[in-house]
Amino acid sequence: MNEQITSATISARGLCRNFGNHAAVREINLELKRGEVLGLLGPNGAGKTTTMRMLTGNLAPSAGSVEICGIDLLDRPRDAKARIGYLPETPPLYRDLTVDEYLQLAARLHRVGNANLRFVLDEAKQRCGLNDVGRQLIGSLSKGYQQRVGIAQAIIHNPDVIILDEPTVGLDPNQIREIRTLIRELGAERSVILSTHILPEVESVCDRVQIMHQGRMVFNDSIAGLKQKQISLEEVFAQLTLDNGSSGDIQFS
Amino acid sequence: MIFTIARKELKTLFASPLAWMLLALMQLVLAWIFLWRLDAFLEIQSQLLQIANPPGVTEIIVAPLFAMAAVVLLMATPLLTMRLIAEERRNHTMTFLISAPISMTDIVLGKFIGLMIFFCSVIVLAAVLSLSLLAGGTLDVGLLLSNAAGLLLICACFASLGLYISCLTAQPAIAAAGTLGALLGLWVVDIAADDADSIMRSFSLLKHYENFNRGMIDTFDLAYFALFILTFLVLAIRRLDGERLRG
Repeated sequence: MNEQITSATISARGLCRNFGNHAAVREINLELKRGEVLGLLGPNGAGKTTTMRMLTGNLAPSAGSVEICGIDLLDRPRDAKARIGYLPETPPLYRDLTVDEYLQLAARLHRVGNANLRFVLDEAKQRCGLNDVGRQLIGSLSKGYQQRVGIAQAIIHNPDVIILDEPTVGLDPNQIREIRTLIRELGAERSVILSTHILPEVESVCDRVQIMHQGRMVFNDSIAGLKQKQISLEEVFAQLTLDNGSSGDIQFS
Repeated sequence: MIFTIARKELKTLFASPLAWMLLALMQLVLAWIFLWRLDAFLEIQSQLLQIANPPGVTEIIVAPLFAMAAVVLLMATPLLTMRLIAEERRNHTMTFLISAPISMTDIVLGKFIGLMIFFCSVIVLAAVLSLSLLAGGTLDVGLLLSNAAGLLLICACFASLGLYISCLTAQPAIAAAGTLGALLGLWVVDIAADDADSIMRSFSLLKHYENFNRGMIDTFDLAYFALFILTFLVLAIRRLDGERLRG
């Protein structure tokens, strides 16, 4: 296990994805160590969600490879997927189930044994502040609680890699703070990839930031490095993504 | 894993009023037909006694009941299968299943088995209705079992076709309309196949079911049903797998 702690939990090389003639993601490289939180930034349509769908096995890449803890996602998808927790943009919730039923289903699908079921359920609920709503139907919960249930299903099986696509959208400021604390907690022992539009969120939660623009990775640096150079993330973001198209082309020409 | 999915399917199915309403309505229709056949039997009972080797109560009441049950289930299937994949897509929950460490085969088979368990409850109710005849006489248990087996197989055919059509769209209503159209089409083929010994006869679902209905279990019918079920389940799995590639 000690080797795993130092080695990369998720590594993607040369990831490409075309939709017809349109290249949504081109040659993305991504590597993440345990205990690292990565912020994935980019304007709408930059390919963040497509990248995340490829990293979680929801979409097959046109080219490139993904390894989760050294397991190839394309060769051994089941073993690799067991180590990922994924919260998509729209939380995938069954409105007709109660929170407990839904989280139990998530745990079972992720191969949590019956003996551990009770324990992991309680822990996930504890972490996401869902203790009081276990018996309620998901459909009757508020948006903030639904988002928390979405996060709970992503962490219930204790995955090595957690991928969250805009987890704080639609939450009130208090809830946003709670979720950020939770992400930091999770990031201490696992790898977290976080996609968001809120730049301060990245600065407060993430260790490293990568910016995507028009399907390419145009920026990759640590938050600490940025602070050292005294560059604000907002400037970098605006510089790299405002001038339509030219910056990406310059980088690759 | 397959049974985890099947369990989830049943849970969500019975959480909605749809399943209960369908069960109640189907039972009402079947009970109505049962009583009508029972009435007919009691009327002709004295005449039957004069015939040598007369048809028994099972042939006169149970067989028509099961024949009708197949048509009732044909109508009910689209309402049940439309949700299977199409609704998961619309509610964005398909991602939840695909992200889990399970294969597409697990998902498709789990959903299929979940639906079959529901169909089994309908078949058991129809069988119990028939068994109530034991109160007043004897039953041809072999014929009853052959009917039940036939109904189970034809339900599996309906379910696999509906499941496949549900994979093709993200709109439950379109999946329902498509399934109903396809099943009605197969029914019409049955009517067209009525007169001649044409090739259509081999393609008709209900024609193959008829043999079970008469108490005849033919390997040709078994093979037809098995191929039908297998074909559409494999098509459904391939379709879902292909989606990951096409996006």
